[in-house]
Amino acid sequence: MNNHTTNKMQDVKTKKSTIIGLCLIFLGCMIYLFFGLGVEGQATFRLSRPTDPFALPNLILPAHSFIGASALLIAFFGGRIIIKAPKKYTIFIALSFFLAIAAFLVWATAGKSFSLTGMLQATLVRAVPIALAAMAGIMCERVAVINIGIEGMLLAGAFAGAVFGSIFGNLIGLILAILVGGFFGFILAALVVTFRVDQIIAGVAINIFVLGITSFLTSHLLKSNPELNDAPIFKSIKIPFFSEIPVLGPVLFKQNIFVYFAIFIVIVSTFYLFKTAYGLRARAVGEHPKAAETLGISVIKTRFYHVIMGGMIAGFGGAWFTLGSVGRFDEGMTGGRGFIGLAAMIFGRWHPIGALFAALIFGFADSLQQKLAILRTPIPSEFLAMAPYLVTIIVVAGIVGNAKPPQAIGQAYVKEN
Amino acid sequence: MSHYFSNRETFKEIILIPVIATFLAISLGLLLLIFSGSSSEIALKALIALFLGSFGSLSAISETFTAATPLILAALGIAIGFRAGLFNIGAEGQIILGGMAAVIIGFSFHLPFVFHIIFVLLAGALFGAFYAFISGWLKAVTGAHEVITTIMLNLIAYRLLDFFLRISWIQKEGRNDPISKSILETAELPRIFYVLDPNLRVHTGFLIAIIAVLVVYWLIFHTTIGYEFRAVGKNLEASRYGGINPALTIIIAMSSAGLLAGLAGASQIAGILGRATPGFSAGIGFDAIAVALLGRAHPIGVLFAGILFGALIAGGREMQVSADVSLDLITVIQALIIIFIAAPILIQKLFPWIFK
Repeated sequence: MNNHTTNKMQDVKTKKSTIIGLCLIFLGCMIYLFFGLGVEGQATFRLSRPTDPFALPNLILPAHSFIGASALLIAFFGGRIIIKAPKKYTIFIALSFFLAIAAFLVWATAGKSFSLTGMLQATLVRAVPIALAAMAGIMCERVAVINIGIEGMLLAGAFAGAVFGSIFGNLIGLILAILVGGFFGFILAALVVTFRVDQIIAGVAINIFVLGITSFLTSHLLKSNPELNDAPIFKSIKIPFFSEIPVLGPVLFKQNIFVYFAIFIVIVSTFYLFKTAYGLRARAVGEHPKAAETLGISVIKTRFYHVIMGGMIAGFGGAWFTLGSVGRFDEGMTGGRGFIGLAAMIFGRWHPIGALFAALIFGFADSLQQKLAILRTPIPSEFLAMAPYLVTIIVVAGIVGNAKPPQAIGQAYVKEN
Repeated sequence: MSHYFSNRETFKEIILIPVIATFLAISLGLLLLIFSGSSSEIALKALIALFLGSFGSLSAISETFTAATPLILAALGIAIGFRAGLFNIGAEGQIILGGMAAVIIGFSFHLPFVFHIIFVLLAGALFGAFYAFISGWLKAVTGAHEVITTIMLNLIAYRLLDFFLRISWIQKEGRNDPISKSILETAELPRIFYVLDPNLRVHTGFLIAIIAVLVVYWLIFHTTIGYEFRAVGKNLEASRYGGINPALTIIIAMSSAGLLAGLAGASQIAGILGRATPGFSAGIGFDAIAVALLGRAHPIGVLFAGILFGALIAGGREMQVSADVSLDLITVIQALIIIFIAAPILIQKLFPWIFK
């Protein structure tokens, strides 16, 4: 690389950090202007219920000074990034966002009290379908198949869960939901691997197809037979002793099987992808299919298996909407969670654990509307409902830098003879 | 993606595959109807209603063209996107924004007849263009995938519409449900055959759609910017070396797509609905994706595909009324059409004797 291009790259870097720094300073000012001015009183966050065996005292924050301090710190981070132009500023951006959210919560709670444990619990529950969608996405994209159809697979899983759960009980309903998800995974694999359909078109077609067929069957079968749309839901399981821990206990150890299995799937898929030979082969197929084929790995089979597996995970995630929460199916009830899951996958850089943390952020944004309704904030509920979508846009716009997908992503593989 | 839309296509690819795909999809849709418990008589009745409701009478034909109008406009936008290598799923949101703008201009300004309509359509087009610009700009500057951003903007548009319909100066007086005021008479697109029969709903929006087909054809194939769209769509890196600014091209392509979708929303408001309600967009933005694919991203193809889909929708409504079959069946048929069109190898394997 010659001197000229190095200089140019340096320039681009400084320019980028200046923009990010200015954005943070702007964010700090906005937070003080909108939340800090005119806010009075204290924000009370309840950490445990009075009936809990180990009760924690409430967390009480003086609203005005907390918001002021957060705004100042965010602006300080912005200034630091501009002046020093450090190589890694992701941590500062993350901290700034954390402070911004904290300031927002304190502003909304000022003069009232709010259950932080309840919020965290809702966050984890809402993160489950998003995390599972992201896992499905990772399984497919690690073998270089873009799966835009996850939304449809979630919806299919939700529908199958409701109908089969109503007929055969929730356990068999869940298994059949997983199989239905796997079936759509198979269809996607057949379309993109065998027939070499454009991956995005195939995914969109699956989404429209599932939306149409589930809505059609809802109005044709379920409206006239309401007993087919009344599945028993999975109750939350209390893990003895652990569920007594303040804050963490009810959040982590008093949930239904979807939460436990989602965490289990994250751990297993991390181990599978990065510690086993099969996982290594899968990643090879995603990065350089030709080289993988040369080493005797069947690209076609590997892609089929993983896309089907991704479909099954999505089917499981879809069952959460019916068997894990309300027990009945409504048209289009997944509300874009499949796409948000894809954003979580990108944010988590195609790594299961990263995607889980990203899903938690989305889960938080998703639970805002429900939880903040209690506090009667002046923000219209429609705008709170937009929060997860806005966060998704910000995330895919790559505020965390450019994440790189597997090399061969989106390309059909043609075997040479 | 743009390898689907090369210009040197054979007769078989342009005509035969779409025709086979459509028939195959309708047959599978009817099979689904039978499998879901309806008798074969109802399926037959549905099939007849599908034809009678779309081309069976003068008013059926008028309904077909009425339904085709917004589909053609929005699909032209999506076709421009395809040509530039962009997959715009956001037509639905752009239609909502365009329709919202059209409603506001339509009821709040008092202007003479023709000027008011032009103002309404312009506002719709501009709002749609602005909404799509966001995705185009994000794609060009940060590389954010337009599929995800446009879908998120769709979801945001639904919430915006809910919010918008509860604002006191927009909500219809004396109503508690979310419904906007009606646009003034001067803002309505006149019906084409009003003199002949005032009940024929096909309106001047259809003529605008035809003009748009010609303009987009000229834009894509006879202007520099159209060439740049196609160059960026075919090979972004090569176009950069050829002196094209891909970022700017992407933004312009996306904004023009939104402009047409916004126009579709405005024409729907000014020509048919007269006011906005939740879900007034009725999935037109998604149907338009299928129309653009079926028309192979060619303006003339889009025109015919739009009329075909208009027929499916008009026939589907008749099917709903006379055979009590849900309109969602049409959505299933549309998805199947997309799959068959996008997988020509599949059709060639299913019907090998046609493609010898």
